[in-house]
Amino acid sequence: MVQPLNYLKETPSQTAGPYVHIGLAPGAAGFDIYDQELGWDIAGPNAKGERIRVEGIVIDGTGSPIKDVMLEAWQANSEGNYAHPEGGGNVEDGFRGWGRVITDFETGEWGFDTVKPGRTQGRNIGLQAPHINLWIVARGINIGLNTRLYFDDEAQANAEDPVLNIIEWERRRATLLAKRSERDGQVVYRFEIRLQGQDETVFFDI
Amino acid sequence: MTKPGEFYQRDRTWHPPAFAKDYKTSVARSPQYSLISLQNSVSEITGPVFGHNDIDALDNDMIHNYAQPGEAAIGERIIVHGRVLDENGKPVPNTLVEAWQANAGGRYRHKKDTYLAPIDPNFGGCGRTLTDENGYYFFRTVKPGAYPWRNWVNDWRPAHIHMSIFGTAFAQRLITQCYFEGDPLIDKCPIVKTIPDKAAQGQLVAALDMNASVPLDSIAYKFDIILRGRRSTLFENRLEGN
Repeated sequence: MVQPLNYLKETPSQTAGPYVHIGLAPGAAGFDIYDQELGWDIAGPNAKGERIRVEGIVIDGTGSPIKDVMLEAWQANSEGNYAHPEGGGNVEDGFRGWGRVITDFETGEWGFDTVKPGRTQGRNIGLQAPHINLWIVARGINIGLNTRLYFDDEAQANAEDPVLNIIEWERRRATLLAKRSERDGQVVYRFEIRLQGQDETVFFDI
Repeated sequence: MTKPGEFYQRDRTWHPPAFAKDYKTSVARSPQYSLISLQNSVSEITGPVFGHNDIDALDNDMIHNYAQPGEAAIGERIIVHGRVLDENGKPVPNTLVEAWQANAGGRYRHKKDTYLAPIDPNFGGCGRTLTDENGYYFFRTVKPGAYPWRNWVNDWRPAHIHMSIFGTAFAQRLITQCYFEGDPLIDKCPIVKTIPDKAAQGQLVAALDMNASVPLDSIAYKFDIILRGRRSTLFENRLEGN
């Protein structure tokens, strides 16, 4: 016999199901119940740095867009600080760095407006490249999927990023790079997430 | 710079796997390559912080938060309450808990839900609250109905409330479902059974809690939620975590 450790077990995950929108993004889904919808404004009005738009789609193993997915974004401000007591430093008033986005129910396309994050402290030494942490839930996804969106115009920072560098297969690192373009004077990054196949997006166990 | 106190590794054998063949929708939506395991950086040990300015006091009362003045949702009046703790047994205070559910007839107020059961004009089906300093939360609602869904031709979901919990870090982010003691549909449900371990399934079944009921008003179910625990950085110059 040994002494029991008495740790509790984490509550098991269950799928968010097809109606996650009424629970977590009711306003975006056309359901007017709360005075304040959480997560619609990631950066707030006072955030410094480059204003960007991020757009994408989540594609299943059959090649079809997932039209009932919900994503949450978590990111640092342009100086690399998260809005959290352990986040590295101060952030602008109104900057939360967290957002929720649901898709167009007809096309599966999603998008959000934010500021481009700065480099953040790495776990040990050095800096992480600018990135947005994403968490993806939907019907058929039994436990939320964690991934990171990096920026394809940050070649030097990406080459030094400790997380990208632990991905053994170099060609898989490209699945985490959002592609920069400009449209009507606005910077748009495109990020397509593939749940299966040769180009399956890298997902992390964080 | 101290290294962050990491969250305990998630026990992926306790959670459902991504691929669960009897929950058919998971088949084309489950990643096939292994997850890449990361040690926590600042990106994982932080997460959004919410306060009382973000929500309204009535948001946790689903009997009334979408009802017309003087009206109430139809159904069996229940209280769902419990604590949010971490794996060390420590309360998680001031964390956002969100809930959504079908009405007493098993119908969601969602444009994609076309089940025969009627919409209740006084029931929205979502609520949210912040845990108090002891990690305690409660919702007042009506017991959701069971409903059929397309998986096998005659699958029925047990009564359930979807729950979303934040904790203090993105690494603790969790969505789950709360079931109710005594429901014979639990053991038949392909979504419940995505969880391999029976004891883990049982962790999602709220217990009838007569002590917390309000006589002549509502009966109560107790549903504690456990988030990942965090280790202390005992060998560094700053204590963090538990």
